[in-house]
Amino acid sequence: MASISPDAARTAPPPVITARQVVKHYGRVHAVDGVDLDIAQGELFGLIGHNGAGKSTLFKMMLGLIPPTSGEIRIAGTAVTGKGFRAVRRRVGYLPENVVLYENLTGLETLQFFAQLKGVTHPACPAVLERVGLTHAAKRRVREYSKGMRQRLGFAQALLGKPQILFLDEPTNGLDPEAIREFYAILRALRAEGVTVVLTSHILSEIQERVDRLAIMATGKIRAVGTVQALREQMDLPLWIDLRIAPSDLEAVRTALGQLPVSAIEAHDDHVSVRCARDAKMAVIEALAALDGRVLDLHVREPSLEDVFFGFSD
Amino acid sequence: MEIAQVATIAGKEFWDRIRNRWVLAVAAVFTVFALAIAYFGGAQQGAVGFRSIEFTIASLVSLVIYLIPLIALVLGFDAIVGERERGSLDLLLSMPITRFELLLGKYLGLAGALAFSTVAGFGLVALVLATQLELGALLHYFGFMLSSVLLGMAFLSLAVMVSVFAADRTRASGMAIALWFFFVLVFDLLLLGALVVTSGQYGGEIFPYLLLANPADVFRILNIFSLEDVRTLYGLATVFPAALAEPWLLGLVMLGWIAAPLAIATWRFRK
Repeated sequence: MASISPDAARTAPPPVITARQVVKHYGRVHAVDGVDLDIAQGELFGLIGHNGAGKSTLFKMMLGLIPPTSGEIRIAGTAVTGKGFRAVRRRVGYLPENVVLYENLTGLETLQFFAQLKGVTHPACPAVLERVGLTHAAKRRVREYSKGMRQRLGFAQALLGKPQILFLDEPTNGLDPEAIREFYAILRALRAEGVTVVLTSHILSEIQERVDRLAIMATGKIRAVGTVQALREQMDLPLWIDLRIAPSDLEAVRTALGQLPVSAIEAHDDHVSVRCARDAKMAVIEALAALDGRVLDLHVREPSLEDVFFGFSD
Repeated sequence: MEIAQVATIAGKEFWDRIRNRWVLAVAAVFTVFALAIAYFGGAQQGAVGFRSIEFTIASLVSLVIYLIPLIALVLGFDAIVGERERGSLDLLLSMPITRFELLLGKYLGLAGALAFSTVAGFGLVALVLATQLELGALLHYFGFMLSSVLLGMAFLSLAVMVSVFAADRTRASGMAIALWFFFVLVFDLLLLGALVVTSGQYGGEIFPYLLLANPADVFRILNIFSLEDVRTLYGLATVFPAALAEPWLLGLVMLGWIAAPLAIATWRFRK
């Protein structure tokens, strides 16, 4: 496992979620294969990986839904398989992937049912519905809800009882861009209140601007943990420099970059993209600047989380 | 165990059955059948109209012994596997609730719906018949109602057990139907066959105890033996010792049939 620690220097609060050598075998399949993880209180933590990478299994073990084959997970200091975990569950919210709710209940009744199980009083429910923007549909049955509305209701359920820790599995599934923005606004507000959020997403571009740290999982192992920037630097992926030039100047650009460690030059009309190693960035920019104003515009494109992700999981 | 959690789950299951009119439909079925049997049961003998409580109960027992196990199995076979297959089980289990509380809540809620239907359906008939019955006959009828409820609870317990063991709803429904065939249709035939094959040489002592191994038979014995006239009619008196025919003892056996499948289901569900 790669360990990156630019943020270790930061005085980090004590971890609220810890996993130690967690293993889950299904017969000969190693769904989760020796995971160590610390997630600090108040952190917005992303877990990414391909389907079958072990994310959901790890999630379910963190919630105590399935026991690990070996290893230990603690939440707020309590082992998830232990007797004391019921008390912790009252402070944990969970939104499963593709949440399924009861079709015959109304939105409000759904929340009231889960509120009762969590020991939250019914009068608290309308405010939670309001927070996810479902007040108008409170008295409609879930079978009339759209996918996005179901997702919001599932999120509302997770917010019942002022949870200290939220586990959200693909929480923005089915949400439109506006709703996604509102969703992350709620998450930021919760983080400001000290709530720890662990979420998975397959939309990597969405997660990369919004999480404090993330872990990349592949074949049951955590391949890397850190901030997006730290992961980029550690992966040392090439970056792209996008130029705008007159099409007739392309040869001049090729000549100027001829001696530099440039791995690709792609041209589409007046747009040219140059791929180079991270440490060659300044040399390339200086060479382009020396072309006496023939470069009309210049933009450095960092590798996306997708690039980083594929770099680690391949 | 936290009673509040059990009550929340039970309440939801019960009100779901009230709201989707399941309770109403089943109660109506019971009322219609009971009334039809009470008034037209003797039509083959050329008599129409209420004859006697013994006759009515004996006919109702034959009906209920098929119907209630079937209704109970259909009601409970997807209690857990249904949640699992729909994908709502993980969310439920992420709540501060134990698996035992969830299972017990499911069972009690469904049992409440079934008991309510049974009591309402047959109770309505008791009201209609009340003017024509003496106190003793009414007590017999209430005994029949109570044993019907117990019969339903026992098969519901089996159904909930199936719902824990089955990998999916299709298999669960297959297992439920198989249980119905076994206990309601096949079991007595097997016993009878064994008795005939051994020429009754070994059956004498074990036979009555083997009958206790089937909640449907326990129900039959409970009702038939409480009625002197019917007992001779069925010829059961010859094989069933009076010592075992105590209602409280049979009632206890029935409670065992409720508790045992639930206990096995809990053990399995926790794994």
